[in-house]
Amino acid sequence: MSSQIIASSASTVVARALSEQERHEIDHELTLYPDKRAVGLEALKIVQKHQGWVSDESLHAVANYLEMSAHELDGVATFFNLIFRQPVGRRVMLFCDSVSCYIMGCDRIKAHISKRLGIDYGETTADGEYTLIPVPCLGDCDRAPVMLMDGEQQRNLTPEKIDALLSRTDAAKTDAADKGDA
Amino acid sequence: MAKISVDGIKYEVNAANNLLQECLSQGLDLPYFCWHPCMGSVGACRQCAVKQYRNAEDTTGTLVMACMTPVTDGGLYSIQDSQAVDFRSHVIESLMISHPHDCPVCEEGGECHLQDMTQMSGHNYRRYDFQKVTHRNQDLGPFINHEMNRCIACYRCVRFYGDYAGGTDLVALASHHHVYFGRHEEGTLESEFSGNLVEVCPTGVFTDKTFSAHYSRKWDLQTAPSICTGCGAGCNTTPGERYGSLRRVVNRYHHDLNGYFLCDRGRFGYDANNSAERVKEALFVQAQINGNAEVPARKPLSATEAARQFNAMAGGDVIGIGSPRASLESNIALQQRVGAENFYPGINDDELASAREVLALMREPGLHCPDIRSLEQSDCVLVVNEDLTNTAARMALALRQATRNAATTMAAAARIPAWQDAAVRELAQHERSPLIILSPQGTRLDDVASDTFLGSVARQVQLLEAIAHCLDPEYSVSSRDPSLTSRAKAIAQALSAARRPCIVSGISAQSTALVRASGNLARALQKARKGDADAPVGLCFAMPEANTLGLVLLAESTGNTLSGALQRLAQKRADAAVVLENDLFRRAATAEVAQALAGHTPLIVIDHLHNAFNARARLLLPAASPSESNGTWVNYEGRAQSAYRVFAPAEPVRAAYEWLTPADPVLLPSISSEEILAQFADAHSAFAVLKDLLPHRLGLSAVMKSPRQLPRYSGRTAMQANSHVHEYRQTQDPQSPLSFSMEGVPLQKDASLLSAAWAPGWNSNQAISKFQDEINGELRQGCKGVHLLQSGQAQASYAPIVLPSEGDLAPYFIEHLFGSEEISAKAVAIQARTVGPYACIGEALAQTLGVAQHGRILLKAGERQVQLPVLIRQRIAPGSIGIYCAGELDRYSLAGGVTVEAVPEAPDLLLRSREMFRHLVISDSWQGRDES
Repeated sequence: MSSQIIASSASTVVARALSEQERHEIDHELTLYPDKRAVGLEALKIVQKHQGWVSDESLHAVANYLEMSAHELDGVATFFNLIFRQPVGRRVMLFCDSVSCYIMGCDRIKAHISKRLGIDYGETTADGEYTLIPVPCLGDCDRAPVMLMDGEQQRNLTPEKIDALLSRTDAAKTDAADKGDA
Repeated sequence: MAKISVDGIKYEVNAANNLLQECLSQGLDLPYFCWHPCMGSVGACRQCAVKQYRNAEDTTGTLVMACMTPVTDGGLYSIQDSQAVDFRSHVIESLMISHPHDCPVCEEGGECHLQDMTQMSGHNYRRYDFQKVTHRNQDLGPFINHEMNRCIACYRCVRFYGDYAGGTDLVALASHHHVYFGRHEEGTLESEFSGNLVEVCPTGVFTDKTFSAHYSRKWDLQTAPSICTGCGAGCNTTPGERYGSLRRVVNRYHHDLNGYFLCDRGRFGYDANNSAERVKEALFVQAQINGNAEVPARKPLSATEAARQFNAMAGGDVIGIGSPRASLESNIALQQRVGAENFYPGINDDELASAREVLALMREPGLHCPDIRSLEQSDCVLVVNEDLTNTAARMALALRQATRNAATTMAAAARIPAWQDAAVRELAQHERSPLIILSPQGTRLDDVASDTFLGSVARQVQLLEAIAHCLDPEYSVSSRDPSLTSRAKAIAQALSAARRPCIVSGISAQSTALVRASGNLARALQKARKGDADAPVGLCFAMPEANTLGLVLLAESTGNTLSGALQRLAQKRADAAVVLENDLFRRAATAEVAQALAGHTPLIVIDHLHNAFNARARLLLPAASPSESNGTWVNYEGRAQSAYRVFAPAEPVRAAYEWLTPADPVLLPSISSEEILAQFADAHSAFAVLKDLLPHRLGLSAVMKSPRQLPRYSGRTAMQANSHVHEYRQTQDPQSPLSFSMEGVPLQKDASLLSAAWAPGWNSNQAISKFQDEINGELRQGCKGVHLLQSGQAQASYAPIVLPSEGDLAPYFIEHLFGSEEISAKAVAIQARTVGPYACIGEALAQTLGVAQHGRILLKAGERQVQLPVLIRQRIAPGSIGIYCAGELDRYSLAGGVTVEAVPEAPDLLLRSREMFRHLVISDSWQGRDES
C-alpha cells in the first residue's frame, strides 16, 4: 500500500511508453526482489541496453513503472558512472587512465584516439559512432594499457592496434553503405 | 546513567546516547555537521572525532567519531588531545576545499554553522589553490534559494527532507566530489516542510528566498519570542524585524510542541504583515444613507479622532463579535467592553458546537490531550477526517515520526541504539507502527499509513462506532453497517494492542457527530484497557486557528452564537456592533451576513488587513498584527502561551485591546496586555492559571528589561537619519519585559525570554543546545505556557450520536496549507503556491458527467450555482465531492448538499485550470498519473 502513493506535481517531462521487451525483462527482475524500488538499477540497465542511454522520458517511464519518484531514481542513475544520462555513440570506449596504464603510456594511446576520431574524453564523434570515456581501472594491469569496447577487453594497446580496431569497424560501415547504394 | 571523563573532567551522562550528544549536553564545544539532535547519527562528515582511551594506562588512545560512539560507564575521552584537534582541522579543511569565499555576500553569513565550526576547528587559513568544483543551481520555487557551490556534502538536507519529512523530490544526485543535492529537474519543492532546510543546512546552500527580498543580517534583526498564528498547533517562532517591516520567521525551540521544525505556512506566511492590504489608518464613513447603492467615501481620522469616534459610537447597547485569530487579551477587552451577554464568538455555529464538544472531551479524566512530542511517541494513531498536513501541518510531521516507533522497538530488540539512524532505518525497511487514516480523500500521510479508509463524514462516524462496539460490546451503535465489521475489528485490534494509542481529529468538518464519535471511541478504548491510568488514551483535535479554543473558552459562560449576533443586527436590536479582527463572510452564509448588514446597525471593525467585510464598516480601526502586539494564544491542547511584540507599529496602528479599553487611549496611558490578563484572571477562577504567565513577566520587567536586539545590532541611532537628523528617542515598551534596545539583562543561558538563540562561538540557530538542560531537553527557565483545561467530572456514559444525513453526493471541504488560512494567504510567497476554487471528484462521477481531467462542472446548491474546474482523483470516497473554497466560495451555502452538471468544454479555460493545478501537490495513486 505505502509505496503506491506518491505526490503528483508538475513535470515538464512526459514519460515514454516502455517497450514490451523492456517490461518483460523488468518484470523478471521484480520477481527477484521483495521491494519494487530495489529493481531501480537493474531496470535502468535494461533500458540502457535497449535504448543506448537513459533519457528523461525513459527515467520517468521506469520511475512510474516501479512506483517511485523520478527524483529518487535519478539519484540512483547519476550515482553510477556507467548509466548514461546523455546520449552516447553506438560504440562506447571505456579507456583506463589509471596508474598502471599511465605508466605504460596510455596518454600516448589516448592522444592517438583523440587525433583519429576528433573527440576528447566525454565526447561523441559527429557521426554518433564513438564515445570516449575514461575509467579508473579495468582490473587488467598486467596487460596495460587497456580499454573496454563493445564489451570486449582490448589489451596491450598500441596506436597500430587502435587503428586496426577502428578500421575494422570503419570497413564494416563502408560495406554496409555500399550495400545500401546497391 | 554513566560516569565518563572528558579531558580529565568527570561527567554523569545518559548511557543511552552517543558521545557527541552527551558532550554537547554538558556544554562542551565539539564541532559536527551531519548529526542533528532530531535525526540522530550517520557518521558521514567525520568532524566530531575525539580520542577514546581503553583505560587509565592507555596514553595513545584511538580516534573515534563521537556521534557514532555509545557512551560507556567509565569511558575516558579527550576532545583536546592534539591528534584529535589535528584530525578535525584536516577534516574541515577537506570539507571546505570547494567552498567559496563568499561569506560577505552569503545570506547565511553571521549565523552559519559552517563558519562556527570552521572557527572552532582552527581552520583559519585556506591552502587549496586549485580549481574548485562548481555547480549550476536550481529554481526550487518561491520559498527556497539554492546555492550548491557552498555545499559540504553533510547529507543533512536529504536526511531531513526525505527520511524525516517524507519528501521524494530532493535527493543526492551523482557521487564523490560532484555530489549534488537538488531535484531531478528544476521546480518547486513539494514538501510542506521545505523551509526547515534553511535551518537544517549547516551553511548557505538552502536559504530563505522571501528573506532575500529584504535581507538583513541576523544581528541587525530585532526579534522577540512569538507564537505562530497559522493554525492552532501553537508552534513557537522568532520573527525578525528591520526598518519597520517583518523580514522573516525562524523556528523557536519548544520541547513539547514544535521542537526544531516549522511548516512552510508558519515560516513564509509572515509577509502578510508587509502586505499592501494592511489597514494603516482609521477610516470613517461620515454618513451612510439607507438604500444608497454607491459606496460612500471613507475619511481617514487621526488616532485621537478615531478613539473619540469609537467611544461615541460604542456607547449604549453594543454587541461585540470576537475572533479566533485575535489574541486572548483583545477578545477579553472586547468582552469587557460590551459585557459577557453581548459578546459573541465570531466563528460559525457548527464550528462552535464542535469546539464545545471538544472542550467537554478534553476535560474528561481518563482521556488526555497529547502535545506534539507525545504524538511522536504514540505507537498507534487513528486520524479521523482531519487532513492534518493542510490544517495543522506540524502535527502531521509528528505523526510521520510516530510511524517510526516500530523501527525503534525493532532496533532495541536488536540492541541497536535509536540514534544510529541509518542502521535503524536499514533494519526496519517498511516496518511501521500503525497509522490508520479515515478521510474523504487521499492525504499526504497516506504513504506511511498502514490503513486508509476513504469515506464521507457519515461513513466515518459509522466506522468509528463499529470500532467502539468491537472494543466495548456494551456500546450501542446508532446505525449498523455489516460491511464495516471486519475493518472495524482490525482497527480495534491495532488500537488495543498499542501501549500509547492516540486518536487525532479536528473540527474542520464542523461536525459534532464526528467529534462525539471520536470521543466515544476513545472512551471505549479506555474502558477496554481497563482504565490503565499510566497510559491514558490520547485524544486530540486540531484547531483551525491560533486562538479558536481561547475564544470558545471565553464565550463559554453564555450560549451566544454568531447567528444570534447576526439576527440581532438584522433585527436592529443593538445600537452598534464591534467586530474584532474578523471577516464574517468567512464565518457564515453570505445571505445571513448580508441580512445582518442590511439592518444598518453602525459597524465598527478593528482589523489589520482590508477584506470584504470590513469594507462595510462605518468605522474601521487599524489593528496591530500579532507580531506587532503582545498577546496570549490558546492552542489545540488548551495551552496558553505568551507572544511578545517584535516591533511597535507606526501610528495610528495599535493593538486591538488598546483601542478597546474604555479610557481614551490617546490621552491616557494605554492599558497593558499584562493588566488585562491579570485583572481577568483575578475575576475568573477558571482562568486563574493565566497569572502563572505573568509573575515572570512582571518580575523581570521590574528589575531590568531584556533586549530585543543582539549586542551587535547596528545603526540604532542612525537608522532614521534619512527622515530627520536628530536622534529619535528609543521606542518605549511599558507593556512587556522586553525593550527595543540592545541593552539590558542578556539572554544568554536564560531561555525564559529567548528569541534569537546565540552563544559565544555559536551564531546559528544551533546555539539552542546551549539553552537546553540537555540535548532535546527542556529549555532552562523556559516558559512552556499554562494549561487552561483541567480534568473535571468523569463522564459516565457515551454521548448520543445522530448520524449526519447525506444526499447522493456528499460535499466535503478541502483545506490547503497554502491558501486556506486567511492571513498567510496574503503573503506574496504563499500566493505563488495557492490555487483558486475547484471541485474534486472520482473517476466514476467524472465518467457519468463526461468531464475530463481539469475540465469544468456546474455546482448547484439551492439557488446558488457556480462553475468550478475539476480535479479527478483516484483516492476519493465514493459518492463524495470535494470543494475547495479558496476563501472565495461560501462553504455554508454549499454544505447542505449539492448537485452537479456537466458544462461544455472551453479550451481557454481548460488551459487556465491546467496551469492552476500545476501548483497543487496532492498524494494519489500511481494509476492516477498521466502517462503518454
